[in-house]
Amino acid sequence: MSKERIQISEALYDIMPSDYQDLVKSATYGKDDRGWKDIGTSKELIEQHSLCAGCPESMAFRYILASLPNPEDTVMVGSTGCTSLVFPMVAVHNIHSLFGNQNAIASGLKRALSVRFPGRVKDVVVLAGDGATVDIGLDMTLQAWFRQEKFTTICFDNELYANTGGQESGLMQKGFVAKMAPVGKLFDKVRLPEIARESGCHYVVNCTVSKPSLVEKVIRNAVHIAREIGPTYLQLYTPCILEIGKNSMEGLQEMRDSEKPTERFAYKEYISDPAKQLLAELAAKDKERKAAAKQLAAQAQAN
Amino acid sequence: MAETKSLIGTQNKKGQTYTDTWKMMNEAPRTPSFFTGSEVIKEALRRASCDVMIAYPITPQSEAAALIGELFAEGYIGDYFRGESEFAVMSQCAGSAFGGARVFTTTAGPGTMRAMENFPMWAGARLPIQMIVTCRGINSPLSIQPDTLEIAYLLNTGMLVWHAETAQDFFDWILKGYMVSEEPEVHLPLALCCDGFFVTHTKDVVNLTPADMCLPPYDPYRSPVPCMDMECPPVRMMRDPFVMKSNYISYATHASWQQEIWAAVERSRKHSIHWLNGLIDTENTDADIVIVASGTAVSQGREAIRLLEDEGVRCGLVKVKTLRPWPEEEIREATKNAKHIFVPEFNVTGWLAKEIRATVPNPHRVHAGPHVCGGMTMPPEIIVSEIKTALGMKTFSLAGRGS
Ligand SMILES: Cc1ncc(C[n+]2csc(CCOP(=O)(O)OP(=O)(O)O)c2C)c(N)n1
Ligand code: SF4
Repeated sequence: MSKERIQISEALYDIMPSDYQDLVKSATYGKDDRGWKDIGTSKELIEQHSLCAGCPESMAFRYILASLPNPEDTVMVGSTGCTSLVFPMVAVHNIHSLFGNQNAIASGLKRALSVRFPGRVKDVVVLAGDGATVDIGLDMTLQAWFRQEKFTTICFDNELYANTGGQESGLMQKGFVAKMAPVGKLFDKVRLPEIARESGCHYVVNCTVSKPSLVEKVIRNAVHIAREIGPTYLQLYTPCILEIGKNSMEGLQEMRDSEKPTERFAYKEYISDPAKQLLAELAAKDKERKAAAKQLAAQAQAN
Repeated sequence: MAETKSLIGTQNKKGQTYTDTWKMMNEAPRTPSFFTGSEVIKEALRRASCDVMIAYPITPQSEAAALIGELFAEGYIGDYFRGESEFAVMSQCAGSAFGGARVFTTTAGPGTMRAMENFPMWAGARLPIQMIVTCRGINSPLSIQPDTLEIAYLLNTGMLVWHAETAQDFFDWILKGYMVSEEPEVHLPLALCCDGFFVTHTKDVVNLTPADMCLPPYDPYRSPVPCMDMECPPVRMMRDPFVMKSNYISYATHASWQQEIWAAVERSRKHSIHWLNGLIDTENTDADIVIVASGTAVSQGREAIRLLEDEGVRCGLVKVKTLRPWPEEEIREATKNAKHIFVPEFNVTGWLAKEIRATVPNPHRVHAGPHVCGGMTMPPEIIVSEIKTALGMKTFSLAGRGS
C-alpha cells in the first residue's frame, strides 16, 4: 500500500476521526529513514492504550512501530495477553486469533501473501507474550522456525503471565514465587534465544527496551533478514511492573538493572553468516543513499 | 467481483480456463470415472483454483491430503505444506484466509476435536475456509472406524455444515461450497462432512467436469471484513479493546457480532438452495413412515425402503444435505404426513434425531434410531427391523441377536 491510498476526500475531511486525519497527515509510510525519532511527529500508536500506566510494553510498542522498515506493507500477528489490549489501536493490519497460535497464523499469512503478491514485499511480524511464545504456543513457535518461515517473532518477555494475574511462565526466573508457583518456580528460565539459534533462526537478540535506538536497530535487522533469508527472533524484556511490585516510574530502572553484563538481559546477539552478509550489503546501500541525499541537499543549497 | 468476473474465459498458468461456476457445474459435459472418495477430493481440488492447502495425516483423510500434495507438485495449488498438528493446521488455514487466500484442508475424528478452538474463531473472523471432515470415532478406546459423533460438535461453531452421502456429492459440493461460503453476505467457513471409509475408501462412478475448466479465483475484497494484506488503509479498530471487562460496549459488540454470524448462516440458506437444488431431497413423503437421514445412512435407508416394499410396507425418505443451515421448514413439510419418523445414524448419541425432534410438531413420532457406532456398518436389515418392531410387526431375528 502506498501513502496515496490513505488520502481523504476533501468533502469528508472534517468528519473523519482525528486519528485517521493524523494517519493521513503524518504517517511515516514510505519513508526510508523512519525511526524512533519520528515519535512525537507521528502517532503510530494512540495515546489511550489500556496497558497499566508506565508499562514498558507500551514503550516497546511505540519503538517497534516507529522502526518497522515497511509499515505500509506489514501485517502484525498478536496473541491473547496484555499485548492484545494494544493491538486494536495499532495502525497496521493486525490479527488476533487465539492464544499461542500466532506463529501458525503467521506461517499461513506469510505464505498467502507470497502467493498473492509475488515479487512484492509484504512483511509479517509476530508479537506476543512469553506465555504465548514459550508455553502454550511453543511447538508452533519452533516449527515455524524449523520450516524456515520468513517472518520475525518478537516475544515480550515479562517473565510471567501478566494478563491473567501473574501466573508462572516458562521464562520466569527459577525460585520466583508466583501464583501457580506457590513454593517458587522449580526450573530455570527456558533458554529460548539459544533454542531459536539451534532451531534455524538467522538473527536472535535478547535485550531490554531501555534504549529506543537499540530497539530500532534490532527491529530493522530482524525484519530485513526475515524478508530475505529466514526466521528471526527477538526476546525483549518488558517487565510487568504491576506483578513485580514496581511503581509506574520504575520500569526503566528495572530494565537498566537487568541488562548489566552479569544479568539475564545482558545484550546477546546471534547473526548467521548469510544474515551477516545481507546486513553488510544493506549498510553499504544505506551509506550510498545517505551520501546521495547529502549531495542532493548540497546542490540544492548551491543553486 | 468485477476483477474476478473479468477473468472468466481466460486461462490460468496450468492452461485451465476460468469458467462460470454455474455453467461448469450444470452445462459442461461430464465424464464418468471410477474413483475412490479420496481421489474425488483431489479431482475437485484440481478444478477449485485453490491458493493454499494445509495437510496433517489422520485416517481416513490422510490419502486425500497426500493426493492434494501431488496436485501442488503438478502446479495446481499456490502453496501446500504439512503443519505440526491439527490445532496448528487450522491456525495456518486461518492465517492464509486472513491474508486473502482460498484455503482448503481436510481432517477427521480426533483431529477435528484437537482443532476445535479454531472453528468458532474462523466463523467469528468470517474466513471462508473449506474443511473436509471424513468422520471417524473420537472417543476412547482408540478407534479409526467411521462414526459421525464429531459432527455434533461442529454444529454450534458458526460454520456451515454439510453432510455428503456419496463421492458424487463430494465432487460437486466442494466446488459449489466455495460459491456459497464466499458470498459476501455469508463469508463463513464450511465443514463438508462425509462418513469416513464408506465414502473415502470405496470406489464409485463419479461424473467429473472437464479437467481444463476451473473455478474463478477468490476475490478477497468481496469480504465483509477487511482482508489483512495492507492493501486497504488500516484503522485503529477500537478505542475500547474488545476484551475489556465490565464494559457494556464490549459486551454489546460481542453479542451483536455473534448474532451476525448466525444471521450469516441464515443468509447462506438461499445460496445453498440455489446451488444444491434444495437443502433436502425427498422421495414418497406421502407415506405413513418416513426415514430421515444424512450421510451414508441415507443410502442404507434407501436400501431398507426397498426391502420393506417387498413386504408391502411403504416408506418415504428425506435426505438432509445441509445441517447448517438447518432445513427446518423443509423437514416439517416433508414429514407432515408421517405417523412415524425414523432417524438411522452412525453415532451413539443420535444428534440428528435430537435436531429433528426439536423441529417437527408431535415429536413423539420421531424414533431415534437405529444407531450404530464405533465404526460398525448399518445393515439395512437393522433399519427394517427397527421399523417393523415399532409398528408391532413380526421381525426375523438377526444373527447373534437372539431376539
Ligand atoms: C486456550 C487459552 N488458555 C488460556 C487463556 C487465558 N489466558 C489469557 S492471556 C494468558 C496469559 C498471557 O500471558 P503472556 O503470553 O505471557 O502475555 P502477557 O499477558 O504477559 O503480556 C492466558 C493464560 C486463553 N485466553 N486461552
Ligand atoms: S499487567 Fe503488567 S504487563 Fe500487563 S499492562 Fe500491566 S504492567 Fe504491563
